[in-house]
Amino acid sequence: MTDAALEADAGFNRQQDWASEANARRLKKRYAANRRLQIYGLTAIALAIGLLGTLISSLVIEGYKAFYQSKATLEIRLDPALIDPSNLADANYRRIFNTAIEQYFPEVTSPTEKRQLSDIFSNESRYALRDYVVANPGQIGQTVKLKVSLSDPFDQLEKGVIPRYVEALTDAEKARFEFLANRGLIEGRGADAALKVNLFIDPQKVNAADIPSGQFRDIIGDGLRSIVRNSDFVERSFDIIRGDATEVLKAHLIANPGSIGQIIENFKLPLSQHYGTLASGQTPMVFNGRFASEKQFEWLDRLKSQNMVSYPFASELFVNATSRFPELAGLAGAIAGSFYALMVCFLISFPLGIAAAVYLEEFAPKNRWTDLIEVNINNLAAVPSVVFGLLGLAVFLNTFGLPRSVPLVGGMVLALITLPTIIITTRAALKAVPPSIREAALGVGASKHQVVMHHVLPLAMPGIMTGVIIGLAHALGETAPLLLIGMNAFIPSIENIGLLEPATALPTQIYAWADSPERGFVARTSAAILVLLGFLVVMNGIAIFLRQRFERKW
Amino acid sequence: MNEVPQMDQSNFSLGAAASAVPLAPGQAVANKLIAQKVSVFYGEKQALIDVSIDIRDKAVTSFIGPSGCGKSTFLRCLNRMNDFIDNARVTGSVEMDGVNIYDPSLDPVQLRARVGMVFQKPNPFPKSIFDNVAYGPRIHGLASAKSDLEEIVVTSLEKAGLYKEVKDRIHEAGTGLSGGQQQRLCIARAIAVSPEVILMDEPCSALDPIATAKIEELIDELRENFCIVIVTHSMQQAARVSQRTAFFHLGILVEEGETSQIFTNPREPRTQDYITGRFG
Repeated sequence: MTDAALEADAGFNRQQDWASEANARRLKKRYAANRRLQIYGLTAIALAIGLLGTLISSLVIEGYKAFYQSKATLEIRLDPALIDPSNLADANYRRIFNTAIEQYFPEVTSPTEKRQLSDIFSNESRYALRDYVVANPGQIGQTVKLKVSLSDPFDQLEKGVIPRYVEALTDAEKARFEFLANRGLIEGRGADAALKVNLFIDPQKVNAADIPSGQFRDIIGDGLRSIVRNSDFVERSFDIIRGDATEVLKAHLIANPGSIGQIIENFKLPLSQHYGTLASGQTPMVFNGRFASEKQFEWLDRLKSQNMVSYPFASELFVNATSRFPELAGLAGAIAGSFYALMVCFLISFPLGIAAAVYLEEFAPKNRWTDLIEVNINNLAAVPSVVFGLLGLAVFLNTFGLPRSVPLVGGMVLALITLPTIIITTRAALKAVPPSIREAALGVGASKHQVVMHHVLPLAMPGIMTGVIIGLAHALGETAPLLLIGMNAFIPSIENIGLLEPATALPTQIYAWADSPERGFVARTSAAILVLLGFLVVMNGIAIFLRQRFERKW
Repeated sequence: MNEVPQMDQSNFSLGAAASAVPLAPGQAVANKLIAQKVSVFYGEKQALIDVSIDIRDKAVTSFIGPSGCGKSTFLRCLNRMNDFIDNARVTGSVEMDGVNIYDPSLDPVQLRARVGMVFQKPNPFPKSIFDNVAYGPRIHGLASAKSDLEEIVVTSLEKAGLYKEVKDRIHEAGTGLSGGQQQRLCIARAIAVSPEVILMDEPCSALDPIATAKIEELIDELRENFCIVIVTHSMQQAARVSQRTAFFHLGILVEEGETSQIFTNPREPRTQDYITGRFG
């Protein structure tokens, strides 16, 4: 043996001192590393759960209001004189309905007030009445009880989303007032409150011979400028004092013409109403501008005191198609559109995806071409969905001339998006079938295709189904490609639903609602997201069930 | 696996089966398979070099040798299972009853029905016991009526010595059986298509000694009707069940002959070294 080899041999035989300090340090370091890794993991999970919780709870807090609807139960006389039994659908239901509500409020006579009264109720009420009469023609001439929705502002009022009165002053305005008050320039309370300003009565602005023609506003402006040298501040401070402050100054000068050319110290300019309230230590409130008049509140309160207002479950959300009026807008059209699109997506991507995966995995020769195809399929799975939308727009709509906005095209585009996912998961499921099963079948003389059809594919099916369902769940939530092929059509009816009828889908409906200005759509949007999430949870639940139920252990 | 005997060769107990096949008067030695100069290449690498061997009908031939010596590769040449290995190439010829099984006109799928195979690890289909056995007859159309099929299944299970144990649960999952039962189920599945040859690739390596004993007993019974080729790592097993033994080493068929002769009086020194445990 050479010396080096001897040395190496000695090194190999060197005894590790397990009790040494260095070893203890190493052990400690290893434990710390273990702990650190666990803490990172736990932190990540806690963060994820926290964010998910925040998302869901904010959706629930915002969205639960869309699941109930403020409704009024009204007694409506179906006047036979106004309804033609041979043409039930065409009677003047608006008039019948308005007559019915006006009977509760005999004091409402002017056309303006009548319109304001009917604004409390949803625009849809007359159609609800029409539908009721068409369904129950025997009730003509009778007085019937009907539940009608309140219109969106009043529904939101009842849900506490918007208030009857809002603060009159903005934070900036209050801050400006606060600044003056802190300088001790505000005196008195309520209507007596006043802003004390030193005014120099410039003789050039007020002629002693003709006091009423004086430039009192300029004089007050000069006085305000002496407090803060900021023209913007001065201009805005005019809101603080009452509009007739100039009149007060004029009256003072007429009474005391000797002040002209002098400085009047601490001249009291009366405060305008809201600032007077603020000076009294109260918050000035004004009537909410969303409503037409305060009388509407009175009428609503009267209905409530007679127990005519109730808050039932908003079946509209699931039964109706979308609408301009949030109290009527529902998801039925969007759910149907999504359903058809997903059906098309499934029917295309499932057989195509499985066929492609089986060929690539079981039959294709392993060469450069199949490698290229495999790489490209993996890349396709990472292509942004909006690109597939553009492809659909260019190919399906422009080249093939298929109609816009229809679930057929939507489903075809979604199929393009899900195909790579399905091919990849199917190949993984096929790979997971142990080779021993293939050998067993081949060993008894099964042909390659019999092995695949009789054994490999059935055994891989739970895994394939899981992949397909997850792919479809992914497709269900896709928005961008549907927007590009126009599947965000405004379809306020659920009568014409089909593969070749313009439609909308759940995610595009959410997008459209989120874009709508009415307050009621805020809750509607959250509720729609909850419904979409509900579908996704159900689909993933099915996937998990299939996996648990049918997956085989080897 | 890898039961490398540490004992002297004299300790081998040669079972009754290991004795020379008693030929009935007038019966000629029948060779079922004749391999000539069979070589197998995996890409550039040659795994099997010019193997020529005659395999007798109605007898058990065992292939022994250290790991990687090519015995399983050669076994898989006999029913063309190597066709499924992408870069595998087979040269030479294997004749079964005078017909080259590598002839392009011969259908490899039908060949595999005639040359059944039992694998190292029991691999029943995740189906019922009945369906496991009935699968082969079904795809080859061996039974026209349901009663025929049932008869085939029962007979096959009986031949595999499993029927008594499973007759009450014949429609339950085959994967629920014990390892030894599963392997006998696989044998029943193989014989259900009435093959002429049964190849067994280390059929007992995943089983306990009692299950192994049952399989060995079964192999001994089956040789009356089939030509059986078995690859084994256990030299005791080869000695117990086979009439003829072939020793492979580094892709070469070193020696082939009567089992008793191979174990007691090998011609080649390498065989001598292997069976006495000097390598392998």
